[in-house]
Amino acid sequence: MEKMNKDTILSVEDLQVKFTLRGAVLNVLRGISLDIHKGESIAIVGESGSGKSVFTKTFLGMLDSNGYIDNGTIRFRMDDSGSDESIVDLSRFKTEKEWLTVRGKQIAMVMQDPMTSLNPLKTIGRQLEETVMLHHDVTKAQAHERAVQLLTDVGINEPERRCKQYPHEFSGGMRQRVVIAIALACDPRVLICDEPTTALDVTIQAQILQLIRDLQKKLNLTTIYITHDLGVVANVADRIAVMYAGDIIEVGGVNEIFYDPRHPYTWALLSSLPQLGIKGQDLYSIVGTPPNLQLEIKGDAFAPRNPYALNIDFVKRPPFFDVTPTHKVRTWLMDPRAPKLEPPEAVKRLAEGRL
Amino acid sequence: MSSYIVKRVLRSFVTLFLVCTIVFCLLRLMPVEGYFPNFDKMTPEQVQHQLEIKGLTDPLPTQLGRFYNNLLHGDLGNSSRYRPGIEITEILADKVPISMLLGTISLVISLVLGLPLGRLMTRYKGRIPDHIGTAFIVVIQAVPAVVYYLFIQMYGTSLMGLPLLFSRDNLATYILPVFSLSLGNIAYYAMWLRRYMVDESNKDYVKLAVAKGVNSKELMRKQIFRNAVVPLVQYIPTSFVLTVVGSIYVESLYSIPGMGGLLVKCIQSQDNTIVQALVLIYSALSIIGLILGDILMTFVDPRITFGKKGGSR
Repeated sequence: MEKMNKDTILSVEDLQVKFTLRGAVLNVLRGISLDIHKGESIAIVGESGSGKSVFTKTFLGMLDSNGYIDNGTIRFRMDDSGSDESIVDLSRFKTEKEWLTVRGKQIAMVMQDPMTSLNPLKTIGRQLEETVMLHHDVTKAQAHERAVQLLTDVGINEPERRCKQYPHEFSGGMRQRVVIAIALACDPRVLICDEPTTALDVTIQAQILQLIRDLQKKLNLTTIYITHDLGVVANVADRIAVMYAGDIIEVGGVNEIFYDPRHPYTWALLSSLPQLGIKGQDLYSIVGTPPNLQLEIKGDAFAPRNPYALNIDFVKRPPFFDVTPTHKVRTWLMDPRAPKLEPPEAVKRLAEGRL
Repeated sequence: MSSYIVKRVLRSFVTLFLVCTIVFCLLRLMPVEGYFPNFDKMTPEQVQHQLEIKGLTDPLPTQLGRFYNNLLHGDLGNSSRYRPGIEITEILADKVPISMLLGTISLVISLVLGLPLGRLMTRYKGRIPDHIGTAFIVVIQAVPAVVYYLFIQMYGTSLMGLPLLFSRDNLATYILPVFSLSLGNIAYYAMWLRRYMVDESNKDYVKLAVAKGVNSKELMRKQIFRNAVVPLVQYIPTSFVLTVVGSIYVESLYSIPGMGGLLVKCIQSQDNTIVQALVLIYSALSIIGLILGDILMTFVDPRITFGKKGGSR
């Protein structure tokens, strides 16, 4: 096993996930590699169906029953000692018993829709206490105390009274705070936020993002955001990984992705930002549709929709090229033999700050 | 909530009043021979005389008023043909407890067997226990109840040597009728519980529970089962009433002196007064069943409250 960097908490290598659907096999993740560093906040962006959620579900063993890991490793550090003994390979986990050592305790999750992610028949207090008692050997009274504390931490007023209420007595934003409190009740080291603000309105979005960011700093959490909202990304992330058709095609710091993107898909994605549109002109949109995952993808998955595609893009999958030590991109355009291409106008305007 | 219940009860009295009045009026249109045990041997004069004594020649509103007045005093009238001259309350006092007892036992058994069956099927969804359960449910739902009642009677008595004739003091005689009555409800509860549990297990809060580290056993028990039972709770009182009312055939198969067969017998023998009394009792039972179901819901589902207008959904 390759040595893992000391401040890498999660290291995914060549992860392939397949789903069987009506007799056909879908290649949902096609050899993803990604290192996630301790305490950072990384955002995984991509369009619907690009495999963002599936990717993070593999960290918790929560793939749907027709999905399976075909190849690759997901190495995870179980503690902060930095020793190699604490590294486990999550892709080898089979039994529920193994997963229970990770779920909640190590990696917790906040889901997209707060309206449905709480049990409608249990009081908020009980749902929190139950979670605390799952992971800590405490009495009911202590668990209650902790529940009240957690509600205070996520900014809910009158926690004692709120504890006795049911989810339907909370608004959407409040429920998402409760969901975050439940995730934190486990004292996790990694927090996965699966589109945490998609179901909320804009003013509440900002509050929830701020809350997650504050808690991340306070508790030294590693956070993984899944989103297709580039506005959210710019707000919260240290690093961005761009996914397309089950692969990460570009990864780098926020500034590197926003101001110096290299992959044509990232260009296209940024060009479609409504903020970059010019009054009177149609907004940019990417032509074509994502590839059919049932077919084997040859070369670069984005090539058929890519106006900058080279011949080799249709034949051979590009390797990761390093732009800087922190910025990697999978495109043949980075090959020294490739023609020098200018990024589209909109991307240049973004880079120069001419919004 | 208590004011809601009072309102519900008052409203159900109105329903009950309407049902009884309509049935009462319809029964007055029946041939008068239903009021006499030996109509054939009576002369028209005797008939007319008797009718006047019974007050049946009075205008309809007067008769109706008398009926309700008697009802308030707990008097349902006398049987005329089924058991001539005997008070109906007396006849029912014998029969109602037996039907209620059988109904209660059968309800308990349906819940005790039906709910675990539904849970088992959910747990092994798509595997052999699920298929067996589904086959059982399909058979019970598709085959007319009469057919499996007869099978149970035949094999129960000939192969297992269980007694055929019902006797109140011999518990062994309860087995076959109770089993027959329960089968339908076992299938019903298993089918709906499985369905609701499968629905629940796909919901987000279950996924969140998995993600926070709840093990699958607790997940089934504390989250999925608990929430899936809620919609079934509403049905329990009604299913009890249906079992009691619908036990006609089972009661006749095992000669059970219950109230199940009574309605049919009395309609056949044109004993109008008993028909009237039974309609009253059945409607009252059904209405009580519905109200009870709704009240039970408020205990198991915090989202349902009667108090506030419009609710806080």
